[in-house]
Amino acid sequence: MLYREAGQFKTSYAEDMAIFPIRQDRIALAVLLAIAFVGVPLLATFRIWPFSTDYLLWAILLPFLILALAAIGTNILVGYCGQISLGSGAFMAIGAYSAYKLATGVHIPLAWLGFAISMPPLPVLASILLGGFMAAGAGILFGIPSLRIKGLYLAVATLAAQFFFDWAFLRIPWFTNYAPSGSVNAPALDFFGMVVRTPVERYLLCLLFVTVMAVLAKNLVRGNLGRQWMAIRDMDIAAELIGIRPLYAKLTAFAVSSFIIGVAGALWAFVYLGSWEPLAFSIDRSLELLFMVIIGGLGSIMGSFIGAAFILIVPIMLNVIPTELGLPLSTQTITHLQFITFGSLICYLLIKEPHGFARLISIGKEKLRLWPFPY
Amino acid sequence: MIALGQFLEVLIGGLMSGVLYSLVALGFVLIFKASGVFNYAQGAMVLLAGLALVRSLDLLVANGIPLWVAVVLAVGFAAVIMAATAWLIERFVIGPLVNQDGLTLFMSTIGVTFVIEGAAEMIFGSDVYPLRLFPTDAWFLFEGLFPGGILVNKLDVWGALIAGILVAGLAIFFQRTKTGRALRAVADDHLAAHSVGIPISWIWFVVWLAAGLVALVAATVWGTKLGVQFSITFLALKALPVLIIGGLTSIPGAIVGGLIVGAGEKLAEAYLGPSIGGGIEYWFAFVLALAVLLVRPQGLFGERIIERI
Amino acid sequence: MRAPDTNEILLQVEGVALAFGGVKALRDVSFNVRRGEIRAIIGPNGAGKTSMLNVVNGFYHPNHGAITFKGRTRARMQPFEAARGGIARTFQNVALFKGMSALDNIMAGRSLKVRRGLLWQVLRYGPALAEEVEHRRKVEEIIDFLEIETIRKVPVGRLPYGLQKRVELGRALAMEPDLLLLDEPMAGMNLEEKEDMSRFIIDVNNHYGTTIALIEHDMAVVMDLSDRVAVLDHGVKIADGTPDEVKKSQAVIDAYLGVAH
Repeated sequence: MLYREAGQFKTSYAEDMAIFPIRQDRIALAVLLAIAFVGVPLLATFRIWPFSTDYLLWAILLPFLILALAAIGTNILVGYCGQISLGSGAFMAIGAYSAYKLATGVHIPLAWLGFAISMPPLPVLASILLGGFMAAGAGILFGIPSLRIKGLYLAVATLAAQFFFDWAFLRIPWFTNYAPSGSVNAPALDFFGMVVRTPVERYLLCLLFVTVMAVLAKNLVRGNLGRQWMAIRDMDIAAELIGIRPLYAKLTAFAVSSFIIGVAGALWAFVYLGSWEPLAFSIDRSLELLFMVIIGGLGSIMGSFIGAAFILIVPIMLNVIPTELGLPLSTQTITHLQFITFGSLICYLLIKEPHGFARLISIGKEKLRLWPFPY
Repeated sequence: MIALGQFLEVLIGGLMSGVLYSLVALGFVLIFKASGVFNYAQGAMVLLAGLALVRSLDLLVANGIPLWVAVVLAVGFAAVIMAATAWLIERFVIGPLVNQDGLTLFMSTIGVTFVIEGAAEMIFGSDVYPLRLFPTDAWFLFEGLFPGGILVNKLDVWGALIAGILVAGLAIFFQRTKTGRALRAVADDHLAAHSVGIPISWIWFVVWLAAGLVALVAATVWGTKLGVQFSITFLALKALPVLIIGGLTSIPGAIVGGLIVGAGEKLAEAYLGPSIGGGIEYWFAFVLALAVLLVRPQGLFGERIIERI
Repeated sequence: MRAPDTNEILLQVEGVALAFGGVKALRDVSFNVRRGEIRAIIGPNGAGKTSMLNVVNGFYHPNHGAITFKGRTRARMQPFEAARGGIARTFQNVALFKGMSALDNIMAGRSLKVRRGLLWQVLRYGPALAEEVEHRRKVEEIIDFLEIETIRKVPVGRLPYGLQKRVELGRALAMEPDLLLLDEPMAGMNLEEKEDMSRFIIDVNNHYGTTIALIEHDMAVVMDLSDRVAVLDHGVKIADGTPDEVKKSQAVIDAYLGVAH
């Protein structure tokens, strides 16, 4: 009885094409946004459970938001456009290091030409966004092979990107401003005079970024470009025959996806880690993002959020539950169990529901519309 | 003469390590040739085989069993483990996904990788376990011609020999035996093969078992070289460029690809490395594979991929 | 079946030859299609009909010969150029985007007509939204026309074959093509479905004025629907004319009954 569409009439196509056409969904969303934007900061500022310590914010909500953003980017490429990518970690790195260089002042000595390119440090917001654009540029470059090769072969090309950039950020000292330790510190997060420092402030900053970019991504995905991407994914030969240009569709998918992933990388480095080294963006990160979109749901923006939440929660569950039950496990065993859990879940979902938890939820919603009747 | 000697040493070392990559690549080719599945878990299988082997070997030797008997028993045990794994994979993952597309199957093997890695380390332990089945010293060849001679690892030579025997054996198997033909039929179109009565489940079990045994062989060689440890799984990643360059469906391609990758890496590292900061080995193989992909997507020996509606 | 009101030649196929290795799919085939007519291409299996259609819309490139469409002659054409030029087609084995709903499939067919680019679509504001609504309106017209309103949000993989073919027709119509190529639109349909599809084809020709070239095996359908018929056999055209003329041609009767060559 709760979840009924009866009585909700759409009087225009625009209404029918809204992100949440059903009123109950809109209410749920409003509640969620209220909790996220108002509830959480209030509870955290006054240290009310479950925000009595910073743990929930720092260790769960903050990484959740940023990784969910990266998962959205990955989903656009892998889920909507069907181009497999094992190099997402590298694009996060490109976003992070580009933003770092731009925020600390770029200086390229071109000795053999006799002059140097020099830029003053840019404000943080600009650096983050431009970092995203640099990642988008790299994405387009490494996406060019996708015009000739598909599936598995493309995966190898993206692996080439991953390993190459792993190496580049490690071995080319220019990227780390010649830091002897190879690790890098984020600049002060100064946004138009307001400095972001405390966990609550960082959380709100990321929440803002993620909400805005999620909406923009959703707009793209339900418009014509999103349909072009899905057409290429489902049958690229037929797509070409109805007038879709594979070049344009694939490269825009790479560009948009890498932009989002790059911004997420910059946020991860600046806002969450504070100080980082290239290992933060290794192939493990790429695989983690891939798992998030498979588990959460390929081709679903909401699925990206679900997948990110899941991947973050499981290790914590594996840590907390056995301890509560009085059987604490060693960190090694936890890691092993994590591997087994994720691996089995991937296989299980691929067999039973290739569209991940997002599809399971929408099936649940369909059943809910009929509840309490069986059909 | 020093420069030539150095070059030969790097080259031979590279070729030899290339053969070791080929050993892992062979497992991939087997599964891909016979089921069209690209098995990301091949590296994890090498780890599992190695762990089963070395741990049981250590256990048997510690209980006073003579070395050669222990080796035979341990190899047998590891083979049984690989057979069980093959059965489990076919029954619970590959079988249920029989009519899905290649990408889904590939992603499922990524899932399998994680399960194998987690389970293997949980059961057998996660330290580094040295393996002493082959001599690990080296010969110095042509000491008269080149000062100090050219260093050639005995282990690498053993690896090359074993790879050669494996390749010959596999080639005969695929071309001459009934099961081999059935395997090729299944790879071409498994639904059609099914409809002419070829028992798909059994065939796939055989394939994964064969790949598991190839992984075991690779584990003995790599385990001696590096010790049996988690980082062996990254070999799987290195084998990818080998396959791309050689062609995913070609057994000789796996060997040639391995030689090219091995030699190319080591030479690039030795000659280009110093000027760019070292560590080129990390990505050289992949960039090379990328270049080959752009020019000749099917690799040197692979079959052309044709698409039609 | 409406007599074309102009004699303007929309498509001219001249001396086209196509070979795959040693197999000659088409040998020196020439015919034309007049604007506004319904042209059938028939022939026994393996005659080269689908290959002919593939050449027309750029999927195969002929070894010899040229295609003239709307006055422009080309030897080779990419599928995208054919689409942009106003040629749409459907396939024997339905080539729909299985991951999308019927509505989205047909909306995808509007891709050529979309004006507002990526930045507009991201913001989905003002002109971009208005354009999306306008495309939706046009697509809904097609949905009404093809009587598939009730299934518009269903993922096409779940639809029965007959409805899938209709959705595919809708997607082709969404391109607002000048020439519509239909490859065995009635294949695998029962009598009732065939009657529906025939009605739609005639309506498309009448209502939208679209020129149609179709491959079909069902003789009754062909004779009823088409203005003119071309008959291919073993890659060669053996007859060309009105349905009555072709029905009486000895060469055609021989081809279908299987006289030794």
